[in-house]
Amino acid sequence: MGWIMTTWDSLPLILQLGIKIGFIVGPLIVAVAYYTLAERKVIAYMHVRVGPNRVGPRGLLQPIADVLKLMFKEMIIPSKSDKYLFLIAPVLAVTPAFAAWAVIPFSGTLVLADIDAGLLYVLALTSMSVYGVIIAGWASNSKYAFLGALRSAAQIVAYEIAMGFALVGVLMVAGSLNLNTIIQAQSGGLHQWFFLPLFPLFLVYLISGVAETNRAPFDVAEGESEIVAGFHVDYSGMGFAAFFLAEYANMLMISALTVILFLGGWNSPFDFPPFSWLPGVFWFLAKLSVVAFLFLWFRATFPRYRYDQIMRLGWKVFIPVTLIWIAVIGAFKFFTPFGFIFS
Amino acid sequence: MTNQDILVVLPEIVIALMACFILVLDLYLPATKKKKFGYGLSLVTLMVGAGLSIVYSEPAPVYGLNGLVLMDSLSAILKVGICISTGFVLVYSRGYADARGLWKGEFFALALFGVVGMMVMTASNHLLSLYVGLELLALCLYTMVALRIDSTAASEAAMKYFVLGALASGILLYGMSLLYGLTGTLYINELSASIVRHDGSTLPRTMALILVLVGLLFKIGAVPFHMWVPDVYEGSPTSSTVYLATAPKLAGFAIILRLLADGLGSLATEWQGMLLVVSIISLALGNIIAIAQSNIKRMLAYSAIAHVGFFLLGILTGEVSGYASAMAYILIYAVVTLGAFGVILALSSKGVEADLIEDYSGLNQSHPWAAFIMLLLMFSLAGIPPTIGFYAKLSVLQAVVNAGMTWVAVVAVVLSVIGAFYYLRIVKVMYFDDLATSHPGLQFRPKQDARILLTINGLAVVVLMPWIGKLTTLCEGAIEVLF
Amino acid sequence: MESILFYLFATVLVVSAAMVVTIRNPVKAALFLVLSFFSAACIWMTLEAEFLSIALVLVYVGAVMVLFLFVVMMLDIDVESMREGFARNLPVGALVAGVMVVEFAVVMMSDRFDSQSLPRPAGHGPDYSNTKELGLVLYTDYVFAFEVAGLILLVAIVAAIVLTMRRRPNTRYQSPSEQVKVNKSERLRIVSMPAEKRLDIDN
Repeated sequence: MGWIMTTWDSLPLILQLGIKIGFIVGPLIVAVAYYTLAERKVIAYMHVRVGPNRVGPRGLLQPIADVLKLMFKEMIIPSKSDKYLFLIAPVLAVTPAFAAWAVIPFSGTLVLADIDAGLLYVLALTSMSVYGVIIAGWASNSKYAFLGALRSAAQIVAYEIAMGFALVGVLMVAGSLNLNTIIQAQSGGLHQWFFLPLFPLFLVYLISGVAETNRAPFDVAEGESEIVAGFHVDYSGMGFAAFFLAEYANMLMISALTVILFLGGWNSPFDFPPFSWLPGVFWFLAKLSVVAFLFLWFRATFPRYRYDQIMRLGWKVFIPVTLIWIAVIGAFKFFTPFGFIFS
Repeated sequence: MTNQDILVVLPEIVIALMACFILVLDLYLPATKKKKFGYGLSLVTLMVGAGLSIVYSEPAPVYGLNGLVLMDSLSAILKVGICISTGFVLVYSRGYADARGLWKGEFFALALFGVVGMMVMTASNHLLSLYVGLELLALCLYTMVALRIDSTAASEAAMKYFVLGALASGILLYGMSLLYGLTGTLYINELSASIVRHDGSTLPRTMALILVLVGLLFKIGAVPFHMWVPDVYEGSPTSSTVYLATAPKLAGFAIILRLLADGLGSLATEWQGMLLVVSIISLALGNIIAIAQSNIKRMLAYSAIAHVGFFLLGILTGEVSGYASAMAYILIYAVVTLGAFGVILALSSKGVEADLIEDYSGLNQSHPWAAFIMLLLMFSLAGIPPTIGFYAKLSVLQAVVNAGMTWVAVVAVVLSVIGAFYYLRIVKVMYFDDLATSHPGLQFRPKQDARILLTINGLAVVVLMPWIGKLTTLCEGAIEVLF
Repeated sequence: MESILFYLFATVLVVSAAMVVTIRNPVKAALFLVLSFFSAACIWMTLEAEFLSIALVLVYVGAVMVLFLFVVMMLDIDVESMREGFARNLPVGALVAGVMVVEFAVVMMSDRFDSQSLPRPAGHGPDYSNTKELGLVLYTDYVFAFEVAGLILLVAIVAAIVLTMRRRPNTRYQSPSEQVKVNKSERLRIVSMPAEKRLDIDN
């Protein structure tokens, strides 16, 4: 084993980082691919259908087939579109979706960049994902795409505020912006996890997360029954694949953040064997899968919201709820003997 | 944070909280009670604010909240002046604003938040608190100018005001950042000592001074940074014009005094020259262009430019007596301008703006009392002897002469005499012209409270004359402790 | 390494800022503004101001510019008519800008701002948290200015609402709760009508 470490140390820093990034992005892309399969299967079973089962055993090679299909399709650039922006948009969608994973701690030590203001970094990057959508919608020079972009912009800005306030609650309780510190503050078992004292914020965060990723029931930006496919209606081939990738990577990202902020991250739910024998990565991925499953479940269950309902929910329900809960946390923490609830 | 910290800014806290309360109240009260409660509460708030400013005033500066704000008699006097004049504004503009659908909770809240901003400006001892106070006031003013959303003139005025105001804020901030770079401090009372400490090039500090000065002059509307004043005065609803024409001038005086006389006092020789030019061209341009105006609000705007030039004369002497005379001048100006706009507001009714000078022809025949009050106020603005306006001009001129700038005083007198023409033209139109027949004619139907206050306000410009010396003593006392 | 990064971001910043004012398409101008904000944030990051840097991205890039784009995309701006005044005012504008640039250059190059009078501040250790320090100063020393800034934002909200909200008394809108609460007797009326006679359509 020693030679691995010595070779590793002798590599230049850039290369080390590149390999680390590869170890995050590679599995992430595979995860996204199989998440799409999971989605189709889960929704199919919920609809009492079978779902894809032709490619490979039980349809397990379906994502590979999809990837190959998308890769070899022609990417059509509409003649009246803004060519450069049209091509940049998918890149802008994918980049933040992947870059945000840099600060995600998969276990106590397994993290690419354990930066101090990790939470802010994640928030900043998720807020940038909207640009891919807006630019795609505008550059396509198509009414449907443009409508989708506008809807998405308004929706993401609205829900980002609620999301940010929910995070304020978390960092008031954890006292840190560092994701690992936040997870450590939740160690000691299920009852220490933040979703209990911060239950309203947990709900707000989860639902805002669904809205931020433009997923059903908040998928008016795509709204296939009204505006065909929304912002990416004119994309085909790899451009479409990139948006697809970004959307699912963002969903996984939101799931990971929910786990980190509210569900104890890589902590095991019970602080005694056999649960504590299992490694942190296992618990993290297990919880992540549960939350990611919720996304699919939502899609199979709820009808799409009307646009004004989405706006009303964001501005008039979520933001006041989070503000009130922040005030409650502050007041309890500093002015009552029940402050221990929030620490 | 100690009790003293709270006491220093108690009036601001009370007014800000009450403004929030009025906003919330406006949501829940039935429409019939909204106006009554909002109006009453705002007046009570302003009275309480003025009262607290007096009760907790300290003659010598008391610093609070880490030195960001201070309480001294200068700020106490100006805070009381701001509260009272805003109270007058509310009383005067009730009938006018009510007839135009502007009399609503937001109006009170904006007026009160503006008062908070002005109070912060008068009490600031730190460039940051000065700037945030200024912006708080400015934002309220932009909104109040644009309050009539269906009027294009109001929107245009607000747009101009906003764009130029933002530019001025930027310039002011740039100057402040240079000052900070030069001195390493943002405390106004420490600036003066540390800005001259370094030797070496004086260029950066001159640049900082120029930028700060330009920003300040923009905000008070002195030439050559006056372009927004006439359009804003004319375009905004008169109920907002009266607000932005009076109390903000007091706050503007305060920041000029604090920044120039106190903060940059060691550079006095440099800013005196700049102010001299600015004040003389303000006097000249304001007084001369006002003659050509046919709109009384626009005329009063140019008159405001001229008056700003006059009070800057007091500042540029660089002496305590000059500052005190400028302070007395600006207080008197606020009282008189309030009255003048009060008459305009009282003469306006639903659909009648009363803003053209020809509207006033023969006013003496239809409404002699209104005409008489207007006459007193115009005499006072012109500075004609039995009025306090005369005294104000006289004390500034005395200070200028005492500072050895006799020729400046002579120029100021000449320009004021030119200026007297357009004030007296109003009097002539009211008393010697025939009653206008081409338009419906003005109705003098103020609400009862406005009528009483207007009478008091009009008569005060003459009746207060015997006691006016006290005002100067008060101002001198307030300013002496600073230096 | 640091200076390479600085020059990289600074170049991007300057170029994109220049593009903001020179490019014809307003949407692209806004996008270049986004890029320049982002490069500025990167420069701040190299100056150890990570909180401000991320806050710049979060607030300006993530929220303000999105809304800005939202508006700009919907406007139908006639660029040609806007450029008419540009050529006419160009000499004056260029003169003013030139004078200002020279003035600021002279000021900035004076001995007050050279590296001796304003030495580079010492770096901080890895435990130093910019965010925490900023929070401490903001909520203690400068709490007054902070609170007044809060009031400014409140006024901005009030202003935005009062200037844009128009109550339209005639608009019709749904009230779902009313619709749900309705019962049969309110909506359904059973009228008895005589049965119609059979038509003769023999011919």
